[in-house]
Amino acid sequence: MQALVTDLGFDVLFKGTNFTRLLGGMWVTLKISLISVALSIVLGILLGVVMTFKNPVTKAICRVYLEIVRIMPQLVLLFIVYYGSARLIGLKFEPEFAAVIVFTFWGTAEMGDLVRGALQSIPKHQYESAYSLGLNRSQTYFSIVIPQTIRRLLPLSINLVTRMIKTTPLIVMIEVVEATKVARQIIDANRVASPNAAFGLFFVIFVLYFAVCWPISLLASHLEKKWSN
Amino acid sequence: MYMKNTKLFKLLAVVIAVIMVVGVMAACSKATDADKGVTEAVADAANNADNGDSDDTIYRTLDQIKKSGSIKIGVFSDKNPFGYVDENGKYQGYDVYFARRIAEDLGVEVEFVSTEAANRVEALQTGKVDIILANFTVTEERAQQVDFALPYMNVALGVVSPSDKVITELSQIGTDDAVIVISGTTAEIYLEENNPEITLKKYDTYSDAKTAFENGQGVAWANDNTEVIAYANTVDGYTVGIPKLGSDDTIAPAVTKGNESLLNWINDEIKSLADEQFFHKDYEETLVDTYGKDYEEELVVEGGVIK
Repeated sequence: MQALVTDLGFDVLFKGTNFTRLLGGMWVTLKISLISVALSIVLGILLGVVMTFKNPVTKAICRVYLEIVRIMPQLVLLFIVYYGSARLIGLKFEPEFAAVIVFTFWGTAEMGDLVRGALQSIPKHQYESAYSLGLNRSQTYFSIVIPQTIRRLLPLSINLVTRMIKTTPLIVMIEVVEATKVARQIIDANRVASPNAAFGLFFVIFVLYFAVCWPISLLASHLEKKWSN
Repeated sequence: MYMKNTKLFKLLAVVIAVIMVVGVMAACSKATDADKGVTEAVADAANNADNGDSDDTIYRTLDQIKKSGSIKIGVFSDKNPFGYVDENGKYQGYDVYFARRIAEDLGVEVEFVSTEAANRVEALQTGKVDIILANFTVTEERAQQVDFALPYMNVALGVVSPSDKVITELSQIGTDDAVIVISGTTAEIYLEENNPEITLKKYDTYSDAKTAFENGQGVAWANDNTEVIAYANTVDGYTVGIPKLGSDDTIAPAVTKGNESLLNWINDEIKSLADEQFFHKDYEETLVDTYGKDYEEELVVEGGVIK
């Protein structure tokens, strides 16, 4: 057992403050993704409502925005916001802040599209029935449309949330030290003493990401089941 | 069974709710920080305009750095023994040792920025760091984009071979023999240009090349001399027969192009550090475990003077 622990490089985890540093790196990941997710949900719902407007101008703007997000790799967006902003307008963002901007920019677009889809999937007769029962516009939205929308939205948006969390290792490229970077630092510092540390460390990273994403998925499938009746 | 699950889910829901709340709170405090950052940047720009100097320069001059009380130095955080983070989370290495000294002599705090090799030029050009001290090899192409100070280390190519059949000159390599290189390295480029008669076996990664070499796929392995020296020192039965091949390259600190006040200060610093043989001390503190004492004169450049 002891030999296995050493061979697979789990021993380096317990050297000095290595494990705490790894958790610290994971906290950076979590912080950035949760802030972005929270902002994306709020902004995305607003965007989704705007997207259902029949106005051709808002339609065109939303379309262009959505296509930009779909076409551009997140890494390119990160570079543009972090380095490009400094180059073009001399704004010096902190890297974490640049990361939040990019992830929110991305999350808002995708969330907006999901909200639009969910809103449009509510059949017209639901509105008409509500009006004929004497409900006004806001009553119709709050008691009829929005509850149904949220149910349809939930599984899809949870998928988006876990996707955003899993994309965070990209922020290494704009000099943010998060979990995978800490792992690489530890591997390199021990490359002579424990050459196989990569296995142990990335296994721990896997467990950490799993611990973060699995409860979110569980909650989603639970709510889905609960609301399906 | 069903009851138990409901409890579990309730617990999970509470946990996630807490995380969300913390996240939102962090978002608010973060936003305030960021606002401050932007306001400060604008204020800085306004100050510069008032002083009438360096209007829209992206870099910080020597005076600005001193006034701010901290200097941002870009170093590697995963290139042991030049720049790495030890098990207590502290930056260490040959470059880091020098970086700490620079901050000390400037009388400011040092703030290390973990840098990726491919981003070193960009980080300087966008003013994300004041100095790059990340094993930065001086090349003509790079010198057009950033300003290099005086060198503090030598780097050349080296060739390692089995101790019982040491290759000390390239002419010893026969027509049937192969030399191992890693694709895309300076060693590959140099040998293809200058010794096209030598057969090369190319591997994509360090570990593939190492395995092939140890299994006798080639009579020698050519790579950066720091790499082959470190290899021969850790693996028994191999000797660096050619410690220096081709032209000498140097490693030097770099600043944003045009940042003369900082560049001149670093050059003076490197010159004056020669009196106390600073870089020899640096070598003995950080590199001697990897390279041994024998290569000290080969690798260290003192006072910016290349011998």
